[in-house]
Amino acid sequence: MGYALNFNLIWRHFDKLWGGLLLSLELAVISIAIGIVIGLVLAVWYVSAGRVVRGIIAAYVEFIRNVPLILLVYLVFYGVPTVVDLAYDAPTSFVLTLSVYSGAYLVEVFRSGLEAVPRGQLDAGKAIGLTPWQRLVHVRLPTMLRITLPALSNTFISLFKDTSIASVISVPELTYGAQWINFNTFRIVEVYLVTTAMYLVTGYTLLFGLRLVERRFRAAR
Amino acid sequence: MLSQILYALPFLAQGFAVTLWVSLLVVVLSLIAGVALGVGLVYGPAPVRWAVRIFSDTIRGIPILVLMFFVYYGLPAAGLHLQSFWAAVLALTLFKTAQVVEYVRGAVGSIPKGQSEAAMAIGLTFRQRLTSVIFPQALRRFLPPWINGVTDAVKGSALVSLLGITDLMQAINQVIGRTYEAMPLYILGALIYFAVNYALSYASRRLERRFAFIRD
Repeated sequence: MGYALNFNLIWRHFDKLWGGLLLSLELAVISIAIGIVIGLVLAVWYVSAGRVVRGIIAAYVEFIRNVPLILLVYLVFYGVPTVVDLAYDAPTSFVLTLSVYSGAYLVEVFRSGLEAVPRGQLDAGKAIGLTPWQRLVHVRLPTMLRITLPALSNTFISLFKDTSIASVISVPELTYGAQWINFNTFRIVEVYLVTTAMYLVTGYTLLFGLRLVERRFRAAR
Repeated sequence: MLSQILYALPFLAQGFAVTLWVSLLVVVLSLIAGVALGVGLVYGPAPVRWAVRIFSDTIRGIPILVLMFFVYYGLPAAGLHLQSFWAAVLALTLFKTAQVVEYVRGAVGSIPKGQSEAAMAIGLTFRQRLTSVIFPQALRRFLPPWINGVTDAVKGSALVSLLGITDLMQAINQVIGRTYEAMPLYILGALIYFAVNYALSYASRRLERRFAFIRD
């Protein structure tokens, strides 16, 4: 048991963790932004589509949800460039993966949100002479977004944690920074204590911040 | 290409067996620990409730990968030397336990208070109340999310490949290292994971429909 905690080396290399945390957040923000677009388009398409399109969208959702994220990360980074003439760096590859991944979860969120919009609102929109497009943009989507906001924040926070998988293709995010310090200084317990604290503080700050946003929008009804 | 993949199949099957073994261990161990801690969270005295709450919120607030590295690299520093296989199982079990705790809390919390009051009124002991009144009813609420959560254990088990354990994920990477057939092998791997997890989530949906008649 001759292990004495010593955080000096952690603070000396703290830029690896701090820069990593910022990159983790950046990866999560870009991915959820693209994921929201994918999710919205497919959900709106799904509710008005025929059986074939529904089947294809459902297959995409089920496939992504039932395969480990780490396999998808490898597949996009090492697999796809061998069959398609595409070149991208590791962060781009990861954002691509996480976007498609979050898109699959968000299709489900938005689809159930769209179905939860009260029928009366749509009838009211029709009654005052809105076109189908206006009903979608001014009635259905705003109500749906308010309904789905809690699920959206939860998805964002779990994506933030999922960015740790980017370390397996050497994207220098927070977990990668922690491993770097682990292997270079051997201050193992210290570095994972600090990293854990950073994930927790960031995650719970996001959670409480997003809950405040949700409350604001609920009040605006 | 096809012959190379066929040649690799027995090796992949071995990896798949490890994936299933890790998942099974994690699911069983976390079920035991999670139900115990979950009951502690609902019925325990304040210090127990607080300890379980902090455990669950901490574990669920960090990535599994960080938890796994922490356990794998950190335990030896604490004087505990585990084989990488058991370190991985321990880390995944801790993570899954926190999930099970929340399922238990949700399921037990959904049973109306009148049920335990009635059981108390007819003179059942605490243990009798749990085993004859609360658990049989809570089970219907617990099973669907729990079975669905088993897919998380199978997916999470792919991370043990990072500790050098030859599970399905690692076996695929090793075969790719030999054959350079990245895309077909990743797709094959994805389909295997998909088949297992889709069957599990299908079972969960069936159960949920089966129990849909229960209303709050």
